[in-house]
Amino acid sequence: MAGVITRRKLIVGIAAGGSSIALSACTGPAYQGNVLSIGEWLNYRAQRLVAGNALAKEFHESEMSPVFRTNGNVDPGTREYQQFAANQFAEWRLRIDGLVSSPTSYSLAQLRSMPSRTQVTRHDCVEGWSAIGKWTGVQLGRLLKQIGLQPNARFIVFHCADNFDGTPYYESIDLADAFHSQTLLAYAMNDQPLSIGHGAPLRLRVERQLGYKQAKYVMRVEAVASFSGIAGGQGGYWEDEAGYYWYAGI
Amino acid sequence: MAVPDPLPTGLRAARLVKPEVYRHRLSTRIWHWLNAAVILIMLMSGLMIFNAHPHLYWGQYGADPDRSWLQIGNLGERGFLRVGEHTFGTTGLLGVSGAGDQTVYTAFPGWLTIPSTYDLAGARHWHLTFAWLFVAAILAYWIISLGNRHIGGDLLPSRHELTPRHILEDIKNHALLRFPKGEAARRYNTLQKLAYLGVVFALIPLMILTGFTMSPAMDGAWPWLLDVFGGRQSARSIHFICAMLIVLFFLVHILMVVLVGPINEVRSMITGRFQLPEKRG
Repeated sequence: MAGVITRRKLIVGIAAGGSSIALSACTGPAYQGNVLSIGEWLNYRAQRLVAGNALAKEFHESEMSPVFRTNGNVDPGTREYQQFAANQFAEWRLRIDGLVSSPTSYSLAQLRSMPSRTQVTRHDCVEGWSAIGKWTGVQLGRLLKQIGLQPNARFIVFHCADNFDGTPYYESIDLADAFHSQTLLAYAMNDQPLSIGHGAPLRLRVERQLGYKQAKYVMRVEAVASFSGIAGGQGGYWEDEAGYYWYAGI
Repeated sequence: MAVPDPLPTGLRAARLVKPEVYRHRLSTRIWHWLNAAVILIMLMSGLMIFNAHPHLYWGQYGADPDRSWLQIGNLGERGFLRVGEHTFGTTGLLGVSGAGDQTVYTAFPGWLTIPSTYDLAGARHWHLTFAWLFVAAILAYWIISLGNRHIGGDLLPSRHELTPRHILEDIKNHALLRFPKGEAARRYNTLQKLAYLGVVFALIPLMILTGFTMSPAMDGAWPWLLDVFGGRQSARSIHFICAMLIVLFFLVHILMVVLVGPINEVRSMITGRFQLPEKRG
């Protein structure tokens, strides 16, 4: 049953997570044959070295943006999604599969009943603007430890309900970010259930990277050894479509 | 045995060859040209990144619903620059540029940006890769120039040079386009020293540190950055202002080179050797 942490799963999970974090220092963004991808490689290495597990700054509620603008898709608009939304996502389930010990799915109520984390953080769009909001959700690392990763898992992929002209949105992060304590699957924003515009019912918060990594409308979380076989192979929708860096720490 | 007389040395010294000095060390020359190229790339790719969101704010946050202190945009076919409450028409340069089918509605025109057509991802590749060269070059320059006394000996003004009277005199000389001749031209003048020091020890470090402050990962690693600059959006504004000050420095720098003697000045930054301008009268 989901939600029960067995000792075996916990140990396997922590061991897998720990060893993979160490190993991920040798994976990450690949050299693309383009001289200008050196910057991404250097940024990724240097920032992992300098930032380690440092927390993103958390703000006081009085410092929050009066209006937090939406961006990207503001409604997936598919029939399946509309049916979920019509019923306040009661029928919706988050699937976690791939290189995990046992694929599991969670209802929104189950996620809400788990220990949560609330953080007031800054969202930085790659375009240059920033907005500060309050996010509440389940720590992704907690879920992954509960389920247990297989030893060869290196990246966590987020498959989303929205699409651009039929191409589904997705994103991916490494295990260092996946197990970072501020990395949430958030179901609430500014003390309200996550709105459709901001990614209902569940979105990723990976606070030390830019906005396009913060996948909205997350339907499925997949642990993989490599993202090169997924969609365009660059690890995310914007990475595939427009050549944005996979590592967006700057 | 008749040996041809050598050229009368007195004549050569007096008429043919002006006194030459070794003015710029190799490290200074290499950094100068490398830095010039890198700054051009950083500036042009930076302007493209600005085009993605042509607003500047003060504080920790700032986005479309918030009040920006600077904006470049267009109303229909009219381009404008707004600074605070003041709006200036900039059609043809900022906000709207090109004509006919070629009209583009970006903040900065394509001939000022890398890449030349809208491409935020591409501009970031240029900016965030060359940023490493920019940082590596200034670090090497600082270390070498402190070691070989370029900074201590050539760039730091003496106490005498920093007296108000001397500085006023230097400003007056610049305003009257009276530049040092003869022995006085061996050394940088006071305003020149202050301008170079300002770029090397103020503007370039500020560019780098405000660049770090815009990185969410660096803000995690070094949270003091946000305290020093007053937030990510303030850092973005300071980054832009410092970039414009570097452009201003560049324009004045070029103007001075042209006024003082472009061939001699450019050659000295290539070979290191500088002919002292002759004293007249």
